[in-house]
Amino acid sequence: MPEVQELVKSLADKYGRKRENLLHILQGIVEQERYLSDVALTEVARELDLSAAQVYGTATFYTFLDTEPRGKFVIRVCRTITCDMKGKNRIIQAIEDALKIRLGETTQNNKFTLLETNCMGWCHEGPAMLINDQAYTKLTEEKVIEIINDYAKK
Amino acid sequence: MTYNKLKRIDLIFHEDCDCSQVLEKTFSKSNDEIINDILESGLKGRGGAGFPTGLKWKFTAEQPADERFVICNADEGEPGTFKDREILFKVPSKVFSGMAVCAKVIGAKKGYIYLRGEYRFLLPQLSKALDVFHKEIKDLLDFEIIIQMGSGAYICGEESALFESMEGKRGEPRNKPPYPTVAGFRDKPTVINNVETLVYAFMICKHGPTKFKELGTSDSRGSKVFSISGDTPIAGIYELELGMSLDHFVEEFGDGDTKAVQVGGAAGFCVPRKKFRDTIIGFEGVPTGGSMKVFNSSRSMYNVLHNYLEFFEEESCGQCTPCRVGCQQLIKGIEAVKKGEQKAAYLDQLLKLSETMKQASKCGLGQSVANSFSSIVENFREEMIY
Repeated sequence: MPEVQELVKSLADKYGRKRENLLHILQGIVEQERYLSDVALTEVARELDLSAAQVYGTATFYTFLDTEPRGKFVIRVCRTITCDMKGKNRIIQAIEDALKIRLGETTQNNKFTLLETNCMGWCHEGPAMLINDQAYTKLTEEKVIEIINDYAKK
Repeated sequence: MTYNKLKRIDLIFHEDCDCSQVLEKTFSKSNDEIINDILESGLKGRGGAGFPTGLKWKFTAEQPADERFVICNADEGEPGTFKDREILFKVPSKVFSGMAVCAKVIGAKKGYIYLRGEYRFLLPQLSKALDVFHKEIKDLLDFEIIIQMGSGAYICGEESALFESMEGKRGEPRNKPPYPTVAGFRDKPTVINNVETLVYAFMICKHGPTKFKELGTSDSRGSKVFSISGDTPIAGIYELELGMSLDHFVEEFGDGDTKAVQVGGAAGFCVPRKKFRDTIIGFEGVPTGGSMKVFNSSRSMYNVLHNYLEFFEEESCGQCTPCRVGCQQLIKGIEAVKKGEQKAAYLDQLLKLSETMKQASKCGLGQSVANSFSSIVENFREEMIY
């Protein structure tokens, strides 16, 4: 996979090859690829002269540094108490029905992944979700379907 | 008992002040004068722990070192807290300015904002504001601010875990001492302050310590930004004077049927209705980093506790046993009692376990699980069983 190698190299050139730059590089890969493949992790270890275990151990500590393949758009619905009280289960159900996947799964066309996440700081406007970096709040079943449909066209 | 009436304050978000002008005026004072102003104001950290800000700055400045850092902790992850996002969104230059004042006082050339991954959407706007700010202070101070992103780990809001994360490692808290004022980021003396604390420090430079000190109580000076959510018709972000009673708070923000308020998020305390009148919001009563969650009588406190425990179980870094295993056992335990597999008296065993976690956990996460656990189990025992 020369593409990943190139990406890792360019990120290491950009941020530096010290241990301190590891998170920047991992974040950079996730931004491009949506997840950290074994190949990418090994390549980072080689480029920064760290053990693969150190790189893997760091990556898996962080929720947003996924080590499993993810879709182009990662949907994270907040599951913490206020969003739960305001009906996050209905929102998840609506997304599951629309995309024909269950929580934790990715659509066949690799476009969407549906996940839950811990409090993301929108408790006053719950239920809330992130699609990649973008936050969506005050969700209703209708609203969430509209948003998903918009993304499906992208 | 003395408490203040609920009073809305408009300090933090008020007007767009000319930050560089205030900085210029502040920098004409000596470092000691600035630290004395902050000490005099009585400002305590707004992230929840409540350490006196002036002392933190003083200790760091006095620590011999070739390099020092100021870090803005914007890893706002406590459930029910969302005020730092609003501050960074609305008045970022005040945050930068607070960092600049601190940098001058402690002699830091570099500052960092550790922004939680969930707030990445703020990044373009913040970077733009930062460019403007750097230009404005170019002739005033040799100081640069860098934004570093988090990647979705609650524990990184703990200061020493945050340093570890900034150094490219797993966000596992360190043993203390040494404290950050002695050995923080890259083992250099470091001031790490919450977003809101830095803005208040700057507002104290702008208005002088007296205006701030006039607000609040002797233990809790000034005002504070609250994040209010749950069963309230007016959820949102409010700056309020510290030292109000929970009774007054509920009168203003409740929906008329409030049964409990969780003060300070999942790591905080649950206060039941019968204790509203005797509970003061502040460091002399129940402190909070700003999170206020209102629950009405339609809510099951078992579900609330279960949700918090799931949160802690997932966010525990797993480094120390009391926290890692304790969180798992507390969940299993309350589930077993609810299903009738354990007798109700088993809850007392679990309370002891939570106390052990408080005593034996390495950092604030494990130590504070007992806060919500014991306050919910003790006040709503019936709901845990039936």
